[in-house]
Amino acid sequence: MKYIIKKFFSTIVTLVVVSLCVFLAFNVIPGDPALRKLGTEASQELIEQTRQQMGLNDPLLVRYVRWFTSFLHGDMGTSYNYNVPVAGMIIDKIPITLTMAVMSFLLTILVSIPLGIATAKHENGLLDKTITITNQIIMAIPPFFSGILITFIFGMIFKLFTPGGFVSYTEDMSKFIRYLIFPSVAIALPKIAMTVKMLRSSLLDEAEKDYTRTAYSRGNNTSGVLYRHVLKNAMIPVITFLGMLLADMVAGSIVIEQVFSIPGISRILLASISNRDYPVVQAIIMGISAIVIVINLFVDIIYRIIDPRIEIAE
Amino acid sequence: MEIILDVTDLHIEFHDHELPETVVEDFDLMLGKGEIVGIVGESGSGKSMSALAIAGLLNRHSMEKTGKIMFNGDNLLTCNRNKLRTYQGDEISIIFQEPMTSLNPVKKIGWQVEEPLFIHHPEISKTDRKKRAIAMLESVGLENASEVYNMYPHELSGGMRQRVMIAAAMIGNPQILIADEPTTALDVTVQAQIVELLKKLNREMGTSIIFISHDLSLVRQLCQRVIVMQKGVIVETGNTENVFRNPRDPYTKKLIAAIPKIDLGD
Repeated sequence: MKYIIKKFFSTIVTLVVVSLCVFLAFNVIPGDPALRKLGTEASQELIEQTRQQMGLNDPLLVRYVRWFTSFLHGDMGTSYNYNVPVAGMIIDKIPITLTMAVMSFLLTILVSIPLGIATAKHENGLLDKTITITNQIIMAIPPFFSGILITFIFGMIFKLFTPGGFVSYTEDMSKFIRYLIFPSVAIALPKIAMTVKMLRSSLLDEAEKDYTRTAYSRGNNTSGVLYRHVLKNAMIPVITFLGMLLADMVAGSIVIEQVFSIPGISRILLASISNRDYPVVQAIIMGISAIVIVINLFVDIIYRIIDPRIEIAE
Repeated sequence: MEIILDVTDLHIEFHDHELPETVVEDFDLMLGKGEIVGIVGESGSGKSMSALAIAGLLNRHSMEKTGKIMFNGDNLLTCNRNKLRTYQGDEISIIFQEPMTSLNPVKKIGWQVEEPLFIHHPEISKTDRKKRAIAMLESVGLENASEVYNMYPHELSGGMRQRVMIAAAMIGNPQILIADEPTTALDVTVQAQIVELLKKLNREMGTSIIFISHDLSLVRQLCQRVIVMQKGVIVETGNTENVFRNPRDPYTKKLIAAIPKIDLGD
């Protein structure tokens, strides 16, 4: 419990530091928001007045605290381009991107753990060799390309989904999920390959350890040794890896959303970057960072539950 | 004396390289009920390999094992793996040289001590298992047994971990305990305690012990009979005192001469 509280505080500190970095980065980037808002034709007085109004003349720290506290209250600023609150622009896009990330993550776990175990259990068997080769190929294919292939094969040949026919979750939940399965597969494929490889080698490493010999000496069969002893130990590095993957999937869905024409966060993000709509970019980056940091908190907590040695090491 | 283990002509050969490598040759061992036999020799003499073979833990593909290890009417070298497993941990137990790494780091001590019962005697209830595990932890000399029961290996010292290993090995009341250099990794004072503990368990539970060591003085303290091995071959065997007083083989003489003697001066 003490550990969790400690981790929780360090998470908050990390969040504050990250927010400071994000804030500073967007202050360093050239361009005057007031000018941006009014256009180049505006008079000097009007610009000055607007700067005053927007609080741009306040010291940096004051502006940061104001930005951060309003961010916490859900006010993420106003879009330069559309002059509407950023929160409203992205709030209904977040579930789309998150659902896709979570689906790819679940898919990765559900497929890679049994496969990793199977390949390690039958090391150098036919299945192991087949999967090792397949893994190499899949890892080399970037998601956008497998996305195109999936669209072509499952969308156009087998007609399992209509490419471009995205249905929002507000309209039909089941159709929404069904459409997202295919992009999720595209995101998950290389991650599955990596996780299988990682779990396999982790299991084989653990199988060489002394405690495995002890387990056999007690009359355990291979399954007993694997599931009762080795798996939990082998999962420790894999969990760290899965945590990084989940964070990566949130950020990595940007390309895939383009390939499958999904109106998620990425579309707004890309548009805002090219339009220099900084408040939107800032909000999305902050959001993605926050998600990544929170995922890390969970990974640390799960870690602690699995590995009793952590507490002493702290 | 009733013979419970009879090893004859044990031959172990590795096929890792082009030429086969013989690690144990013509190994014979008869173990009586309640007897403690020592196997001594320097590293690479094949003593641990013989022990692992008896415990059924030599299962690499690239090796050849011939001979007979007769236990309870079965040849452990050729019998069915399932049959072998019914003996492992229940009738034949083993403890190792490395107490620091021989326990599973993510499982509680109690769970690990109970495991042989869980595997071989599923009819024993959970509460009874726990009772027996705590009693066993007490009898191997762990004073706060019920606390140790809920601890993890990293919270214990090397000596305590070796005691836990012994508790797990003895919980099924096995006929044979193989101790493969159980004290090598421990402090000298702890070494003596572990040897005393093995003596006590042998006396109280009647378990036969195969004690493997390169430390002749420990073997002399503990074992009635001793087997001296060099380069995979038994060079001398007999009553421990006789071997120590009148070593016949030059290698045994060298080993005995190598025991550091305390010079009390004049």
